[in-house]
Amino acid sequence: MEKEKHHIVSYKVYFYILIALIVMTFMSIGITKINLGEYSVLGAMIFATVKSILVLTWFMHLKFDKPFMRFMVIFVFLVFFAVIFITFLDYYYR
Amino acid sequence: MEHVAQHTDPHYDQEASKLGMWLFIFTELLLFGGLFIVYSIYRFLNPEAFQMAAHELNITIGAINTIILLVSSMTIAMSTSALQRKNKGLTVLLLEITIMLALIFLINKYFEWGVKFEHGIWPGSEKMISDMGQGEILFFGLYFIMTGLHALHIIIGMIIIIVALNRVQKGTVHADRPSLLENAGLYWHLVDLIWIFLFPLFYLIH
Amino acid sequence: MQTAAQIPHDVSYLDYKGKHKGIFSWIFSTDHKRIALLYMYSMMVLFLVGVALGLAMKLELIAPGKTIMDPKDYNAVFTVHGVIMIFMIVIPGLPAVFGNFLLPIMIGAKDVAFPKVNLLSWYIYILGALLVIASVLFGNGTPDTGWTFYAPYSFKSGTNLLPAIFGAFVLGFSSILTGLNFIVTIHRMRTPGMTWFKMPLFPWSLYGTAWIQLLATPVVGITLVLVALERIFGIGVFDPTLGGDPVLYQHLFWIYSHPAVYVMILPAMGAISEIIPTFSQKHIFGYRAIIASTLAIAFVGYFVWGHHMFTSGMSGTAQYTFSILTFLVAIPSAIKVFNWISTMHKGSINLEVPFYWAASFIFVFMIGGLSGLVLGALATDVYVHDTAFVVAHFHFIVFGGVGFAFFGAIHYWFPKMFGRMYDKVWAKVGWAFFTIGFLTLYSPMFYLGMLGMPRRYYDYLPEFHAANILSTLGSWVMTFGLVIVIINLFRSAKNGAIAEINPWKGKTLEWTVPSPPPVENFEEIPVYGEKDGPYEY
Repeated sequence: MEKEKHHIVSYKVYFYILIALIVMTFMSIGITKINLGEYSVLGAMIFATVKSILVLTWFMHLKFDKPFMRFMVIFVFLVFFAVIFITFLDYYYR
Repeated sequence: MEHVAQHTDPHYDQEASKLGMWLFIFTELLLFGGLFIVYSIYRFLNPEAFQMAAHELNITIGAINTIILLVSSMTIAMSTSALQRKNKGLTVLLLEITIMLALIFLINKYFEWGVKFEHGIWPGSEKMISDMGQGEILFFGLYFIMTGLHALHIIIGMIIIIVALNRVQKGTVHADRPSLLENAGLYWHLVDLIWIFLFPLFYLIH
Repeated sequence: MQTAAQIPHDVSYLDYKGKHKGIFSWIFSTDHKRIALLYMYSMMVLFLVGVALGLAMKLELIAPGKTIMDPKDYNAVFTVHGVIMIFMIVIPGLPAVFGNFLLPIMIGAKDVAFPKVNLLSWYIYILGALLVIASVLFGNGTPDTGWTFYAPYSFKSGTNLLPAIFGAFVLGFSSILTGLNFIVTIHRMRTPGMTWFKMPLFPWSLYGTAWIQLLATPVVGITLVLVALERIFGIGVFDPTLGGDPVLYQHLFWIYSHPAVYVMILPAMGAISEIIPTFSQKHIFGYRAIIASTLAIAFVGYFVWGHHMFTSGMSGTAQYTFSILTFLVAIPSAIKVFNWISTMHKGSINLEVPFYWAASFIFVFMIGGLSGLVLGALATDVYVHDTAFVVAHFHFIVFGGVGFAFFGAIHYWFPKMFGRMYDKVWAKVGWAFFTIGFLTLYSPMFYLGMLGMPRRYYDYLPEFHAANILSTLGSWVMTFGLVIVIINLFRSAKNGAIAEINPWKGKTLEWTVPSPPPVENFEEIPVYGEKDGPYEY
């Protein structure tokens, strides 16, 4: 019988991911103190995105799930971003 | 030909359960997504007002709450490994810590909002309408709605985790039937994910 | 809990006596077939209410000026008509009735993935419907904003909007849970040997639909919550006096409500894709093309919502982006029409009632679709936006689409569902009156719209009178046909001739189980071999 379980993730790995997440949290606070103008938003958002990828991949087990799960998650985010992008086509060009 | 899953108990399909949970998570992402669309448009239209309004929020509390949620995500993730390793005691302990952390988050939020209420700032308050510019009104309206909806999801998440904890203790959730705990974990990570974006968008605009 | 061994295989799902007695054996049942009928009966009641409201509107419009109601009442009538028809009939429509009944059987499964969630979907549906009904009966007056709840009127109107908004929100939840259930069912419960590309087209259409239900509905959910919060707290999100933008409401609303029309039409097209091969006794032409079109419509359909807003004040860039994408999404629909016709070509046509409905579906859907191109082009939309032209367009494509497909589907699968055959003569008479009435009711609206008659107005200029009379007469003829169809089906369910297992010589799995099916559908799990497939004629 096929065992559909992925290998068990070790506590250590989870802990390292947490450290990375905390470090990035502080870095995102730091980056907004530097005056990068419009790009401060981008910096904080990039950190948030990387953090969320870590949570999705490791905490939410996507790394060990069937590829189709990853595909679905990426697809949903892409649809969402496309919708925001198209909405901005209105407001940006008014 | 695709392999069709065989499973011992015809009534328990772990993959189906996991898929169902992910699909539900997608709906939550789009639910909050709608609010993120509103936020991004109004921030684009009112950049300075949003920046000014953000100063009224306390970065320290926001950061503490962020760390709290990140740690709680780790503890619940660890609990799924503990369950797989048939370490019931550790599973229970980790879940209890997760619940505690969630509670602390809510308490922090209670104080944060309390400060705002004391200053006469709440959705549609007179002070908001009379004293604040339009951009600020929008910022705080969105702040309360988005953190409020998020807090509601923390409460729901806590309830789900408590149910999972109860079933682990009773023994109906175990290494061969882990779905409830794993799905509770997925839900909790979603709550964490949303906050990962809420934090910079509301607290870190400078 | 009873195991598979204990549920008998020779008792139909209609006769099965389980734990509960009487009506409770229905409203507590998690059998997908019973849930399908629960949906069907509740929808029928609500549909007749919606029809009555429609007839009232047409009666008001039979002459200029006030005929039977005040302007305020007219606003309430078209609002509730829209809310019922959209949220309670055409969106749940085919998935809730035929999807629930047939999806598991067509893929060789015993039930859906989450039967209890399925029943919960129906409970939530009823709750949502009751909330909307409450908004009509209690409080400060029936909502009069139109089913679209546009800001700022939706948060300024003194009428009873909160229960209606809440009801729509709850109905959305029902839709989401159905979609979730179907996706997991299709992924996990296809019978051994039924690969994705051996699955029939109706389940494929339900798959595409389910993804839209899942991803689009939450957006309108949160939007309705924002309107409610605007009403209660005055947060300012859509209030221009507080910095909000009413057009943003329109964006958010249509980000769901446009994909919603694909929730409506994809299962309808899926049903047609089942009927046509059976009644042509020929393999569907372009099986993979239809699948690709289904998924393309579902995907591209997310990005065209702004074509409802061309005159709202959007930027020019947004306008032509949406227009181009709208034309793009028409292409896969056209592909399907070509495939259906090509299936019929050199087929052995069995001119039976379901085929009548399917053929007339293609006719009215084409009219509706082509009129959509007029609306999708910026230069022409400016003239016909918010006129009777739009009303004609969406009734042709939604009522014509979903309605004709629903009637086709019920006449196709009726013998399977009830084990009896309906009176075919009365069925054809009903079809004839319905179709002629439908065309008479809605065609004049194209003309009226081009002349400039606005929609949602209870009055109009004298030069529009004649066409309006014709349209109202059409509504009576159509309703007459509808009554014949419904009565025929009702009587036949009780007294019709006993139906055989495969009266139409179909090749999909539902035609291999008894009519009506036993509770667990299959005595033995069907296995698809190399040569097996849904359309191997």
